Amino acid sequence: MLWLFRFFTASIGRKFLMALTGLGFILFLGTHLAGNLLLYRGGNAFNAYAARLHAFGGLLMVFEFGLLVFALIHVLFGLWLFYENYRARPIGYRVRKSGPGQTWGSATMPYTGLLILAFVVYHLIRFHFADKTSVTIYEIVKNAFQSPLEIAIYMVAMAAVALHISHGFWSAFQTLGANHPKYMPLIRGLGLIFSVVVGIGFGFIPIYMTLV
Amino acid sequence: MKKSIHVTLKVWRQASGGDKGRFETYPLKDISTDMSFLEMLDVLNEALTHSGKEPIAFDHDCREGICGMCGAVVNGRPHGPEKGTTLCQLHMRHFSDGDVLVIEPWRSRAFPVIKDLVVDRGALDQIIIAGGYISVNTGSAPEANSIPVPQGAADKAMDAAACIGCGACVAACPNGSAMLFAAAKVSHLALLPQGRPEAARRAIRMVEKMDGLGFGNCSNITECEAECPKEISIAHIARLNREFFRAQLASDEK
Ligand code: HEM
Ligand code: FES
Repeated sequence: MLWLFRFFTASIGRKFLMALTGLGFILFLGTHLAGNLLLYRGGNAFNAYAARLHAFGGLLMVFEFGLLVFALIHVLFGLWLFYENYRARPIGYRVRKSGPGQTWGSATMPYTGLLILAFVVYHLIRFHFADKTSVTIYEIVKNAFQSPLEIAIYMVAMAAVALHISHGFWSAFQTLGANHPKYMPLIRGLGLIFSVVVGIGFGFIPIYMTLV
Repeated sequence: MKKSIHVTLKVWRQASGGDKGRFETYPLKDISTDMSFLEMLDVLNEALTHSGKEPIAFDHDCREGICGMCGAVVNGRPHGPEKGTTLCQLHMRHFSDGDVLVIEPWRSRAFPVIKDLVVDRGALDQIIIAGGYISVNTGSAPEANSIPVPQGAADKAMDAAACIGCGACVAACPNGSAMLFAAAKVSHLALLPQGRPEAARRAIRMVEKMDGLGFGNCSNITECEAECPKEISIAHIARLNREFFRAQLASDEK
């Protein structure tokens, strides 16, 4: 099994894990967004969705556990890569000018990632582990977004997620070896569209909740 | 167009690997715009030598853009601001009168500075030694058409083989990664029938070697592709990744 260990500790093997877990999060974000859009249909629809989701019971737990494992891998391997990348240039350039290759998204991956991590912890405490014995999840969400601070935190976090995905989406395909002039422009386009949909889709919810 | 310009150089000077190093400023007058960047440095070096000072050490050989010896970071851009050119093929007509040019060596933990702008790129040679070759018996050249190569594969292999090993990809990468170099070498041989027998071992050994030399990891930032004087595509990095997965998951190689 030494070869397997070598595979997952090689630069490309670690990137393979980043891409796999990153794409997993992208799938999760897609379903999470679809569910949250029910907020636009009011409290009953949203609470019913939450109830149906939790009726899955054990299956839901399995998925949640999977997400936790993915998160641990993505964060730890991401930090490991980041540390090595940081060490690879002990003396920096006096003049730093990026050429035409770098984008805002690709230049900020570790920082948007850490911001997302901090947000996810806060988000889980705020909603997932909230005491739901006397209030419905819809009420918790509605109450949360009466505070301008919480609205601001959400909008900034969603901007970070959108930026992370704007690079991460196509980058994951490239890492997995899927790059061909035939379809790479399509993957890049889809990634940009998805990041905008996620950013606006989630980002607009707090504003909408102050309106109803 | 003006035939000659005045420029100010700020050049990294470092007497040896152990020296701390610093920037020195050199005003240059009446530089012909027909000069190449290296010829401009030659003019400065001649003046420095005449005044008893140490000339600026920089690597160069062919001055035709084919050997891969030259290279420095000019105002933050490896090989200067022009697309698809080596430093030796960059001409002073691309600069304007009064420009300040900051000239620095490639910066990477794997490329220690030897002197001034000269860095030790032996790390790239080590990656080649780890597997960037094919094993053939010596003797008379084999019949050229005995092994058919599809035109598309030949074209792509040729694109990868254009890599001159200058190290600009490492210098340009915010992570200091050598992936474009390793990818060009692996890709070049993997695309040709002559390279297939050793493909799995090559991919594993070259990546392993690269990882151990102090380079960073690829984050697909694509600065390498943008700055490569031979404009080698990151599609070759995707091919290296495929070769690596195939070697790890579907070959006997360990
Ligand atoms: C919404 C959650 C997240 C999603 C959808 C996501 C998605 C992705 C994707 C698709 C990639 C590209 C992988 C590749 O280039 O092959 C990536 C890279 C990365 N992610 Fe995340 N990620 C998320 C959260 C995080 C968190 C919490 C961190 C915390 C440190 C993080 C840190 C990184 C880093 C550092 C990279 C760059 C790795 C590299 O190329 O060197 N991400 N992410
Ligand atoms: S001196 Fe040979 S490539 Fe520039």
